Amino acid sequence: MAELKPRSLPEPTPETQHFWDGTRAGEIRLQRCRDCGAIYFPPRPFCPECGSRDVEVFVASGRGSLLSYVINHRPHPSFDGPYAIAVVKLDEGPTLLSNIVDCPQTPDALVLDMPLEVVFAEQNETITLPLFRPANGGAS
Amino acid sequence: MTGVAIVGAAETTELGRIPHLSQIQLHADAALNTLADAGLKPSDIDGVATAGATPTDIVHYLGITPRWVDGTSVGGCSFMLHVRHAVAAILAGQADTVLITHGESGRSGVGRGGYRGGGGSSLAGQFEGPYGGMGPTTMFTIGVLRYMKDYGLTHEQLASVAVVQREWAGRNPRASWRDPITVDDVFASRMIAYPFHKLECCLVTDGGGALILTKAERAGDFPQPPVHILGTGESVETPMVSQMQDLRSSRAFRVAGGEAMRTAGITHSDVDHMMVYDAFAHLPIWGLEDLGFVARGEAGPFIAEGNTRPGGALPLNTNGGGLSYMHSGMYGMYALQESVRQMRGTAPAQVEGAEVSLCLGVGGMFAASGCIVMGTAATA
Ligand SMILES: [Zn+2]
Repeated sequence: MAELKPRSLPEPTPETQHFWDGTRAGEIRLQRCRDCGAIYFPPRPFCPECGSRDVEVFVASGRGSLLSYVINHRPHPSFDGPYAIAVVKLDEGPTLLSNIVDCPQTPDALVLDMPLEVVFAEQNETITLPLFRPANGGAS
Repeated sequence: MTGVAIVGAAETTELGRIPHLSQIQLHADAALNTLADAGLKPSDIDGVATAGATPTDIVHYLGITPRWVDGTSVGGCSFMLHVRHAVAAILAGQADTVLITHGESGRSGVGRGGYRGGGGSSLAGQFEGPYGGMGPTTMFTIGVLRYMKDYGLTHEQLASVAVVQREWAGRNPRASWRDPITVDDVFASRMIAYPFHKLECCLVTDGGGALILTKAERAGDFPQPPVHILGTGESVETPMVSQMQDLRSSRAFRVAGGEAMRTAGITHSDVDHMMVYDAFAHLPIWGLEDLGFVARGEAGPFIAEGNTRPGGALPLNTNGGGLSYMHSGMYGMYALQESVRQMRGTAPAQVEGAEVSLCLGVGGMFAASGCIVMGTAATA
């Protein structure tokens, strides 16, 4: 198999640094509003529900479920395709885009609403990406 | 009615593969055809709106001295927003005669320039970029499996969107793809991003189009029958498809569509003809449901049963749409052009007796929407 190129990687900003520090530490860090209680993502230093700046970072469970996905069939330099691009619904409520690993990349194996758990994939010294696998260790 | 009308409308002389024209010349070719359509010269224009180029590029290139400009750029529906903004400007006396232009060398990439895609530090660059998305084919489409599970949409119904639109394209000599297709042909076409086959994805072509708007009371001074702007709407939601409030529905569609119908003072039964920007086969389904033409989960069967095809109750995407007519990248202009042709009574696949047309655009991947309701002279 041809060598895969590195993925396009995030360039953290001051407002998102805590999230990327979290993934390096093996945590999904979400934010919660101290005024209205809303839990939200992606990171920002205020609540998108009520506008309050009084928000806090907390460690999420790392569990979620498979909300939707596509299986890309066109060649991508960073992926040994076809591969799924998935929207994961975290148990805390927010959704985020990711890939599903330890699982055949087929419609039969990728069942909507299946429980998922985060795995942390180190890309380099500063960036670790949150990927997801079927819960209970990826048995498929 | 708003009191503003479209008095000039045209596309580029050619559509499809136009490697001998640069992107700005596609704007200009469309603008010159539109000026001719309205019997005007560039010096008659005092307001300019465009996207994909700056208003500065366009006024300099065409030799216009504007007193009003709008460079709103929210993707392929930008031209719907330009129409809405132009109506307000004309009614406020900020411009008398507004030219809106589009040109895009989407296939040939001649003089395309400009900025495409998000950087690694944008929110989309950080939280969507790393996961292997390859633009609209993999991202615009990502909510469809969720919709299928929740509402029972079948692969056959999704494919039928492409089949029906090809039927319309067969009646349009300028459409890129005109040969009839079946659901099985759709399934046999290459898998692009499951569940989307090639025939459920839009074309990539070159072309352009332009519009001229002025006060309806002046409309009698122009050679073409006026097409009245009855109502308008616009909205935006999120730059990241993974952050939509609901993957199965576009908030921007709901807001823009509701606003356009409210300001037009129409109900669903008033709409004789409809355009829904179709970069992919699911967009007409989202549009029909988000604007309330059918209930949740009913748009797939509604299309598959033939309600939007020639002779159906609600003719939809009668030029063949982005799936078969053309799609340069910012397709909204071509949807507007088809609504104008239908209201003028000059469309190749004319809907007999149509007096009200609703034209719904999308920008980005459900990031933005603009909606325009147009009518014939009888509605004014
Ligand atoms: Zn709050």
